[in-house]
Amino acid sequence: MRLNCPLCGDRDLREFTYYGASVYADRPEGGWSEAWDDLLHLRDNPAGETNDLWYHELGCSAWIEVSRNTVTHAISDTRLLAERKPAAKGAKA
Amino acid sequence: MRIEGKGLVDRSTPVGFRFDGRDYTGFQGDTLASALLASGVRVMGRSFKYHRPRGVMTAGSEEPNALVTVGRGAGQVPNVRATVQEIHSGLDARGQNAWPSVRFDVMEVNDLFAPFLSAGFYYKTFMWPRKFWESLYEPAIRRAAGLGALSRQHNDEHYEKAYAFCDLLVIGSGPAGLMAALTAGRAGADVILAEEDARMGGRLLAESHEVAGQSGADWAAGVVAELASMPNVRLMTRTTVTGAYDGGTFGALERVGLHLARPPMDLPRECFWRIVAKRAILAAGAHERPIAFANNDRPGVMMAGAVRAYVNRWGVAPGQTVAVFGNNDDAHRTVSDLGAAGIKVSALIDVREDAVAPKGVTLHAGARLVDAVGRNGLREVIVADRDGKIARIPCDCLAMSGGWNPVLHLTCHMNGRPVWREDIATFVPKPGMVPGLTVAGAANGTYSTYGCMKEGAEAASVALSELGRAQPKVDLPEAEDGAIRLRAYWEVPEPKHRAWLDFANDVTTKDVRLAAQENFRSVEHMKRYTTQGMAPDQGKSSNVAALAVLADATGRGIPETGITTFRPPYVPISVAALGAGGQGKGLAPERLTTSHQASVARGAPMIEAGLWYRPSYFPRPGEKTWRESCDREVRMVRERVGVCDVSTLGKIDIQGADAGRFLDFVYTNTFSTLKPGRVRYGLMLREDGIVMDDGTTACLGEGHYLMTTTTAAAGQVMRHLDFVAQAHCPGWDVHTISVTEQWAQFAIAGPLGRELLNTLLESPIDDAAIPFLGCGKVRVMGIEARLFRISFSGELGFEIAVPARYGAALYRDLVARAESLGGGAYGMEALNVLRIEKGFITHAEIHGRVTAFDIGLQGMVSAKKDCIGKAASERPGLTGQEREQLVGLKPVPASKPIGAGAHLFDEGAEPVRVNDQGYVTSVCWSPTLNTHLGLAFLKNGRARHATRVRLVDHLRGADVVCEVVHPVFFDAEGGRARG
Ligand SMILES: [Zn+2]
Repeated sequence: MRLNCPLCGDRDLREFTYYGASVYADRPEGGWSEAWDDLLHLRDNPAGETNDLWYHELGCSAWIEVSRNTVTHAISDTRLLAERKPAAKGAKA
Repeated sequence: MRIEGKGLVDRSTPVGFRFDGRDYTGFQGDTLASALLASGVRVMGRSFKYHRPRGVMTAGSEEPNALVTVGRGAGQVPNVRATVQEIHSGLDARGQNAWPSVRFDVMEVNDLFAPFLSAGFYYKTFMWPRKFWESLYEPAIRRAAGLGALSRQHNDEHYEKAYAFCDLLVIGSGPAGLMAALTAGRAGADVILAEEDARMGGRLLAESHEVAGQSGADWAAGVVAELASMPNVRLMTRTTVTGAYDGGTFGALERVGLHLARPPMDLPRECFWRIVAKRAILAAGAHERPIAFANNDRPGVMMAGAVRAYVNRWGVAPGQTVAVFGNNDDAHRTVSDLGAAGIKVSALIDVREDAVAPKGVTLHAGARLVDAVGRNGLREVIVADRDGKIARIPCDCLAMSGGWNPVLHLTCHMNGRPVWREDIATFVPKPGMVPGLTVAGAANGTYSTYGCMKEGAEAASVALSELGRAQPKVDLPEAEDGAIRLRAYWEVPEPKHRAWLDFANDVTTKDVRLAAQENFRSVEHMKRYTTQGMAPDQGKSSNVAALAVLADATGRGIPETGITTFRPPYVPISVAALGAGGQGKGLAPERLTTSHQASVARGAPMIEAGLWYRPSYFPRPGEKTWRESCDREVRMVRERVGVCDVSTLGKIDIQGADAGRFLDFVYTNTFSTLKPGRVRYGLMLREDGIVMDDGTTACLGEGHYLMTTTTAAAGQVMRHLDFVAQAHCPGWDVHTISVTEQWAQFAIAGPLGRELLNTLLESPIDDAAIPFLGCGKVRVMGIEARLFRISFSGELGFEIAVPARYGAALYRDLVARAESLGGGAYGMEALNVLRIEKGFITHAEIHGRVTAFDIGLQGMVSAKKDCIGKAASERPGLTGQEREQLVGLKPVPASKPIGAGAHLFDEGAEPVRVNDQGYVTSVCWSPTLNTHLGLAFLKNGRARHATRVRLVDHLRGADVVCEVVHPVFFDAEGGRARG
């Protein structure tokens, strides 16, 4: 399997560390709430398109959001986590 | 026997080799199988279950019978196919699954017990009594049945793995593969042409047809020469593509040094390749399939295509009198090739009633082949003609052809299912089964030479246009273009004796019918019940026939019966090649500190800390146990001064205008207020509120921090910081990088610590210059160093850091100076005792289930700001009385040892799970306090100081009463570190 790191280009799977669904990057604001429970504990298990997180640990240290299909294993898109447009963003400036 | 004037072997280069303890001679270019056949050796192996004598059947990697063991000692390799192994002067091969030899095998007696060894016999015969299975039946069966054996010795022969990249990977170099590679090569594409054989050409080397007016082999050699001249084409012989994986990645096994008598020392035996290709063309040809008839496993019964290959390519006559048996026109082609080579053909048995007799050969059209005679070598076959007349046909070789199965295995490696084609009675690949891969030639069910070439060139053209490349003009040469005429024919009906399907695993038509009868009707169930297709050859030539028999037995068609799944690898791959580089220390690389040599020189036993190695203790003359050394080192630090390498702790350099604010977000406590020249202890949570790590972070200057992590969590924390910065703080001016290996860092601990340092520093320091939790730049031996006033021992403590290249020199100097002050080096054991006495935590305590509240640091979670893990740490259940809280334990009496992992109970309570009150995480003998000590987590522990608990260690059999105390056992006020 190959992943296209936006900074380094096409690289072997072995250079990356996997870290689950990318909803984990959508941090809710404020104290404990159901939104936090969702973030920590609830994950979809789709047969089809999914977005997940990969860390280019043996490369440039970029966290990458990967769109891939769990059925066909086809990878349709990769982008830097730092440059994506999430639904909501925590950690206010 | 060699045929004069035939073959591609180099008759001017004889090669000697050994088989089963005897010396033989072949020629350069021979395989072990061709050389043995030429020498008249007929029995090359013994069958798996019945120990029947077996001869070679094929001329390729699909060989089920001629499995041999090559080499001696640690490097011996079992189950090598004699059809693949090239001969060389050092070759020492022997038959296997036989004793004393494949010619005389005492286990042949198994064949007499055949009625008891039918399908499923394991399950039926040996299930009762149950305990006999492991102790008696299984070892006995394993000894009697089996293939080759490993040496059971450590093998340090050299194997490699490698990566390759190309525009187009062409798999197979027959007519289809050569035309594909030529077309793409001329277009300038980066091409890899992988061929399993030692020589490129595929069936062109084995057939007598002409191509463009020359022999197939000569035409192939011309194309290969042109390809070899192209810098954009890489030719890989002896390379089997073994698997198709996601993203255009293919696995391939190259036999690099297995054919050489004296390979150079640096040459690997095999290399496992990962080839990444934008496009791929599978042109792997087809496997000829046997027909099941009584005793069809006699040595001398061979595939017709293999017979032609031995005659045409190797110049070997597989027999003196050959009979030919088949259901298609390839049988007739075989008759003609044998005739041209001057080999007598005693009969052609064609199952088709309308077959036409070739010139000068007796034809038995529509006849049944009812038996094969000759246990150690075929002598005759018995044929029943259509009118029932029995004919005994003398022959020492039977060339048999049941048609061809496309080598479509790779197309199925990503869950694709092939489709049935009635006209050629076989499964063919469907387009698109592996993204980016197309199939051409015989692998696609196209069998004529011209058809293969056309498909190969067309497949390359399509690939080139998909790659956006111009397509060059490549003319197709004139070549044979006959249709294959075939009548599906899998087994001779009603055999009087066993008729084999899977020769390698001894599966007969009777076994498959028995499976169907016992309701193992699914092809996957039949496979597992009979072991059909589960031998090293994975049923390459037998699977389709077996499911045809199953289809017949269950009254279904073949397409409805379906086919078992092909999985990687296509051929067996040695684990040594797959795991190349991972043997011994390659499995776990060693990380060594700059003080490593000095520690080893002082006799310190080194212990692993992750991949690091750290000294346990430094034994001195007269010290008999580790405890004596450890106790002395602890006293040394408490009374004089000790030196310890702490470079293995993670060091992360953090810079930028927003670095302070970033630290506020990853730590529970505030760092943005930390002034340059100051150090602060920090606690880090995971987003779920559990403690991730702890450590100190120093402010080296405005917007410049140095974070230390524990040795164990260094990688995890680095990953975490990058995640938080990129996911939650995009646009912030903050940059992180690990500098763990760039700096050597040594702890100097003890009342004489400053005195030691001042003998070394260019400008001496005092408490005002570097106060407790201060840091600064110092100069030592002419270089700039960083000095931190931090303590993990509770004593006056410093850590000095220098660029790693100076570490070894500084460490030796520090230890020597410490010794002159009555101190010295201390190791991990003493470090652990010192920190337990002070109640300092490590990952023994913050083990992934404890909260800041549990370790008594809830006050460090700032109420004024958000941080990672803060919201979750406020969840109900993560604080409160029911939590197990960090406490100290002192056994009563103090001399009673306690062990980590022991559990705590109320005094008087039964020590069972429901009464569990907590557990012990760290223990030591404290030479400072003259008692055993423990750190433990105890329910509501902070409210239970000065009470007693019962410590029970079920594993080691300890039962000790302990007093619960504050986890800081020594110098609770911390005056020693501040002093
Ligand atoms: Zn990268």
